[in-house]
Amino acid sequence: MKPFRYERANGVAAACAAAAAPGARFIAGGTNLIDLMKLQIETPELLVDIGLLPLADIIESTAEGGLRIGAGVTNSGLAADMRVRRLYPLLSQAILAGASTQLRNKATTGGNLLQRTRCPYFYDTTKPCNKRAPGSGCAALHGINRMNAVMGVSDDCIAAHPSDMAVAMTALDARLETVAPDGAIRAIPIDALYRAPGNTPHIETVLAPGELIRSVLLPPPPQGRQVYRKVRDRASFAFALVSVAVVAEREGDRVRAARVAFGSLSYKPWRSAEAEASLEGASATRTSFDAAGIAALKNARGYGHNDFKIPLARRTLRATLADAVGV
Amino acid sequence: MEREFALRSPISRRRFFGTAGVTTLALASPPAFADATAQTSSLPTVNVRLTVNARQLALDLDPRTTLLDALREHLGLTGTKKGCDQGQCGACTVIVNGQRINSCLTLAVMHAGDEITTIEGLVEDGDLHPMQAAFVRHDGLQCGYCTPGQICSAVALLAEHKAGWPSHVTADVATRPALTDAEIAERMSGNICRCSAYPNIVAAIRDVNEGGRA
Ligand SMILES: Cc1cc2nc3c(=O)[nH]c(=O)nc-3n(C[C@H](O)[C@H](O)[C@H](O)COP(=O)(O)OP(=O)(O)OC[C@H]3O[C@@H](n4cnc5c(N)ncnc54)[C@H](O)[C@@H]3O)c2cc1C
Ligand code: SF4
Ligand code: FES
Ligand code: FES
Repeated sequence: MKPFRYERANGVAAACAAAAAPGARFIAGGTNLIDLMKLQIETPELLVDIGLLPLADIIESTAEGGLRIGAGVTNSGLAADMRVRRLYPLLSQAILAGASTQLRNKATTGGNLLQRTRCPYFYDTTKPCNKRAPGSGCAALHGINRMNAVMGVSDDCIAAHPSDMAVAMTALDARLETVAPDGAIRAIPIDALYRAPGNTPHIETVLAPGELIRSVLLPPPPQGRQVYRKVRDRASFAFALVSVAVVAEREGDRVRAARVAFGSLSYKPWRSAEAEASLEGASATRTSFDAAGIAALKNARGYGHNDFKIPLARRTLRATLADAVGV
Repeated sequence: MEREFALRSPISRRRFFGTAGVTTLALASPPAFADATAQTSSLPTVNVRLTVNARQLALDLDPRTTLLDALREHLGLTGTKKGCDQGQCGACTVIVNGQRINSCLTLAVMHAGDEITTIEGLVEDGDLHPMQAAFVRHDGLQCGYCTPGQICSAVALLAEHKAGWPSHVTADVATRPALTDAEIAERMSGNICRCSAYPNIVAAIRDVNEGGRA
């Protein structure tokens, strides 16, 4: 690890001001950042610890009937909250499908959203990687890219976002509330947080230096059943090959409305407007679910080792929809 | 023994072995270790106050020191193991403010004021903790390397279950699930055992949960 200075922030304004300096980073649970610092993939000069900021670990009801989740709430705390378990079971399920209890006890809501890719070449500092070393190339493009993305990426970077929690939040239309170093507060829909890699894959989000995620806002819970399904190489404690978050409402033998988001297919959780349009008013049958899967993966492209993700995503969507609408 | 040495903090592992009278081990300790100590002392340190196994300690640490290295290398509490150093194995599991965490993926400076319990701190007045005794009784280990992490994890698991936490295998997350073997296995998935002592580990935890012999 490179040497760094460490500060504990005692207020939001002070934290943002400190973290706006070049080379400074917020640290929350540290479960991603410290891992990357050990490998010198991240080399911050200053760590601003936001673990003790006021309101960081509060979950409260909002006037519109949703929830406001402090960015410092741990993944364990969020998944175990009874309001989340009753009203947004999708979110509890997704969080509980990720990492291990030890990690979830430290990992925070903000840190989970901003965790970096698990692309093996991003982690291997002996290999070219445009995300880690801009301009060096992408070793995954023709390498062992089994875990990489199949949608929305570019030949400069085919990394997938590894979060489970963010997939549920995307299906739930979450918004992030951020504070900038100048004190400005803005709300960012989660789907607009992540930037497509294009030819600048090292720039991953729309956040400015020193901009702090203060909280995540969930709108009132959607109608319908919520189901998160994760497919991975072993039954527990592994990143997703593919995951699907579904909220589906059934009316008689039809699907009234459905929301669909995929994990591990793209640089961000992939909300599929195509699948949702195809499901609206469709018969609650496997044929309709297959059609939704075909619509969702229409523009997908495999890179060799990850070709399997495309049919796997379709089948996982079918199974998850069948579960959600009770077919 | 650990308690006595915890009081002498900060001490290097070299001194830990030395004071314990295991001079041969001290001599055999790898030169890399001495280098690391020398390098650390030339860098600015920060003073960190930790409560470890109910003892209040003050340590001067390089901010890069993980909680795991602080425990092992500075406090001589070598019960907590380093397996992967990447959050992937659970050998380094300790209990911080009542919750289990991986001590390898956190910095000691982030824990100023926290209460940390390691495997050494589970023993009470020389008696094994019920979970330690159950691991012995059920033969929940072979080489033993993962065991301190498994036991700390299992102790915290029972508290989480008591608090009603759901898990990935809980059919309805809005319910408080019974602690079935499937629930135990899922909740222990952050602790890898290379010797694959899993069935006996699950049996030990089940036994303690059901109030088996202490
Ligand atoms: C072995 C292992 C297995 C894992 N498996 C899974 C899995 O299956 N599924 C999954 O989803 N995740 C998994 N994870 C990842 C884990 O969920 C993340 O490491 C964790 O959520 C990160 O949260 P943190 O608080 O520790 O972040 P940190 O490491 O503290 O921070 C991560 C990044 O976010 C920034 N940051 C943190 N908080 C804020 C904020 N409030 N505002 C602005 N910036 C902020 C930091 O500057 C840093 O860049 C795994 C991790 C490990 C080590
Ligand atoms: S896919 Fe992205 S992260 Fe992976 S090697 Fe290519 S540029 Fe790096
Ligand atoms: S040493 Fe910490 S999880 Fe392996
Ligand atoms: S007993 Fe050997 S690794 Fe678990």
